[in-house]
Amino acid sequence: MANPTIAEKFESYLDYPGMKKGLFGWIFSIDHKRIGLLYLVSMVLFFAVGVTLAFIMKLEMLSPGKDVVDPQTYNTLFTLHGVIMIFLFIIPGIPAVFGNFFLPIQLGAKDVAFPRLNLLSWWLYMIGGIFAIVSLFLQGGPIDTGWTFYVPYSIRTTTNVILPLLGAFILGFSSILTGLNFITTVHRLRAPGMTFFKMPLFVWALYSTAWIQVVSTPVVGITIVLVIIERIFQIGIFDPALGGDPILFQHLFWIYSHPAVYIMILPAMGVVSEILPTFAKRTIFGYKAIAYSSLAIAFIGYFVWAHHMFTSGMSDTSRMIFSLLTFVVAIPSGVKVFNWIATLYKGSIDLRPPLVYVMLFIFLFSIGGLTGLILGSLATDVHIHDTYFVVAHFHYVMFGGTIIILFGALHYWLPKMFGRMYNEKVANIAAGIIFVGFNILYFTMFILGYQGMPRRYWSYLPEYQTLHIISTVGSWILILGMIVMFWNLIYGVLKGKSAGDNPWGGTTLEWQIQSPPIMENFHEIPTITHEPYYHAAAINTEDNKHKKIDEGENE
Amino acid sequence: MSKPNEGVEKVPLHLADPHHHKDAIGAKMGMWLFLFTELLLFGGLFLLYMAYRLQYTQDFVIAAKELNLMMGTINTIVLLTSSLTMALSIAAIQRNKKTLAIWMLVVTVAFALAFMVIKYFEWTAKIHHGIYPGSPDLLNMPNGEIIFYGMYYSMTGLHALHVIIGVVIILFMLVFLIRDKITQHDYIKLENAGLYWHLVDLIWIFLYPLFYLIH
Ligand code: HEM
Repeated sequence: MANPTIAEKFESYLDYPGMKKGLFGWIFSIDHKRIGLLYLVSMVLFFAVGVTLAFIMKLEMLSPGKDVVDPQTYNTLFTLHGVIMIFLFIIPGIPAVFGNFFLPIQLGAKDVAFPRLNLLSWWLYMIGGIFAIVSLFLQGGPIDTGWTFYVPYSIRTTTNVILPLLGAFILGFSSILTGLNFITTVHRLRAPGMTFFKMPLFVWALYSTAWIQVVSTPVVGITIVLVIIERIFQIGIFDPALGGDPILFQHLFWIYSHPAVYIMILPAMGVVSEILPTFAKRTIFGYKAIAYSSLAIAFIGYFVWAHHMFTSGMSDTSRMIFSLLTFVVAIPSGVKVFNWIATLYKGSIDLRPPLVYVMLFIFLFSIGGLTGLILGSLATDVHIHDTYFVVAHFHYVMFGGTIIILFGALHYWLPKMFGRMYNEKVANIAAGIIFVGFNILYFTMFILGYQGMPRRYWSYLPEYQTLHIISTVGSWILILGMIVMFWNLIYGVLKGKSAGDNPWGGTTLEWQIQSPPIMENFHEIPTITHEPYYHAAAINTEDNKHKKIDEGENE
Repeated sequence: MSKPNEGVEKVPLHLADPHHHKDAIGAKMGMWLFLFTELLLFGGLFLLYMAYRLQYTQDFVIAAKELNLMMGTINTIVLLTSSLTMALSIAAIQRNKKTLAIWMLVVTVAFALAFMVIKYFEWTAKIHHGIYPGSPDLLNMPNGEIIFYGMYYSMTGLHALHVIIGVVIILFMLVFLIRDKITQHDYIKLENAGLYWHLVDLIWIFLYPLFYLIH
């Protein structure tokens, strides 16, 4: 693994001698950095599966009627695509990978508070994932309920529902353990001098996210358990034939699943707050406002769940209240965006790949957010709910928001994690391809939805065909872009030039240590004396001078 | 794996294991957070109970009369006492009375098992009368009563599951105590187990009136 071009002065966590050898040294490691990488690899594999399923779905949509799969297969495709993308990819997402890796480092700690629990979380994650995958091959066929598992269909269908539900429950447990681990870490393991308001904003975001994980996941846990019990024992709680009320299921489901979208987006916003000051070469504007807005989003986000149910049967009063609250969440999000833009203002902007991804994020996420307002208003929602408009909206927020930032975070931190640099030019080109493909794929869906194309349909009226074809071509471009991006990153990690300890001139603690970090992160626990984005005090200032890393000069 | 760079400084051995540190406050904080999630888990069920009770008040009242108040009350007393012995065990180890601590844990386990036995008789009696989820008798009853028993079986069942997990945890604590892994100066494991056990108790204190008392 080690290569002479990397100027490691000390043995890094990648080839630490004290570990068990080979694969076991990874899957039984309790080092937070190794666990972060475990998550990264497993998540990317699941992501590849999810994208493949989507690719087949889009092929099916090339013309009305059957192209490649039959209707029942299409049902299972979108269900699995949703389940994998949501529960196996985007919810663990940034916290599991970058949170695990960088939270302790940014706090000046040697590990998280409960390293063993951390390893257990990963194992639970894998077991949950395996449950979901195994259910594909059992009698009865793969689950076809949609990722929301709505009753009563999910208690009537003959497909394999129990196993994936159990998987989702276990994944929730894993998510809870990560959350309580992070909260305790933030409270207990900050380095001397690291007050709450000297913590990097990524840590603030992770902290808020961890609270959501802890507070909302149990609710969906019990809901899922009840559906399983309902299927096995017929207790009637969600079964209208026995007096149960399916709407209550929806309430409980969205009490979790709406806050869950903040589990997805808050860490991404935290990453943006890291990348911006680094590449604007100035401190973040409105540090406290950003920190508090994370908490505010976490808090208000808990009270808007019912906007997923405007057409499910609720009283007008509650619909209006939830509609209003939905608009209120936009305020803290807006606070963040304005602070980011103010950070860029008069900064000396250095447009490197991570910042490019942030730019994509701001563009795509704004479209997602603004169309969210259209869906949040009652009158329009009644018209376009359950159409491709919704599909386009949530892909713009989740993919254009969180996943694009996850890509950005990869470009930002991989050089630190592996000590090697990818090719920046290729990275920018890949970002361009992704951007073009993304908009062709999903923007057409807005139009389709507006014209009335319902979601989760296997076939459609002929007048929608042109747009569907355009959209499918977009999916090819997007996938091509992602292949180029991953190839470039993997190549960089394996063969790239040495990145040096601080390729971007970052100011937070992870940039003050060796790349790749040593097993215990710091030789000596640092003492923190200034705010996280204080640029004049950056240690490796000579690295800040726009060095061309590709030419490997910094050694 | 060997490194190509000669003369690489090896990490000093005393730093070799950065992942172990003792932090009793941190451990307790983690435990409280976990208990919080447990409360929310049951919270979902309490919410459902409330919604259905409002919807089917009459049926709930009728169905609740069928439950065995005697057994429920005995179980409440049993579980409350077990919480006391658990607390006494912690108090004992704080005063370095190892044997007493061990005995108190044994008593706690005995109470927990007694709870389960009573529960078993209660459930089997119901099942003999043909009242269990999906039974023909039950399905002939009004919807509200079906739901009542659905809630009854799932809530007390989930609680019983927690009792069993609690027993397993306490047995582990027993082993730790005997092997001196839990001592006067380091008893956070036992304290956390105690917290868990009190939670199990606390949930029962809410289940008891909801099912047995209010009519
Ligand atoms: C190449 C990338 C992707 C493509 C081509 C794609 C395509 C699609 C399509 C066509 C549908 C809906 C079909 C229908 O309703 O009939 C869909 C649904 C969905 N997608 Fe994606 N998607 C992609 C990536 C993602 C990502 C990254 C996420 C989340 C992080 C995601 C989450 C979802 C969810 C939750 C659904 C709803 C499933 C359901 O209706 O139960 N997708 N996707």
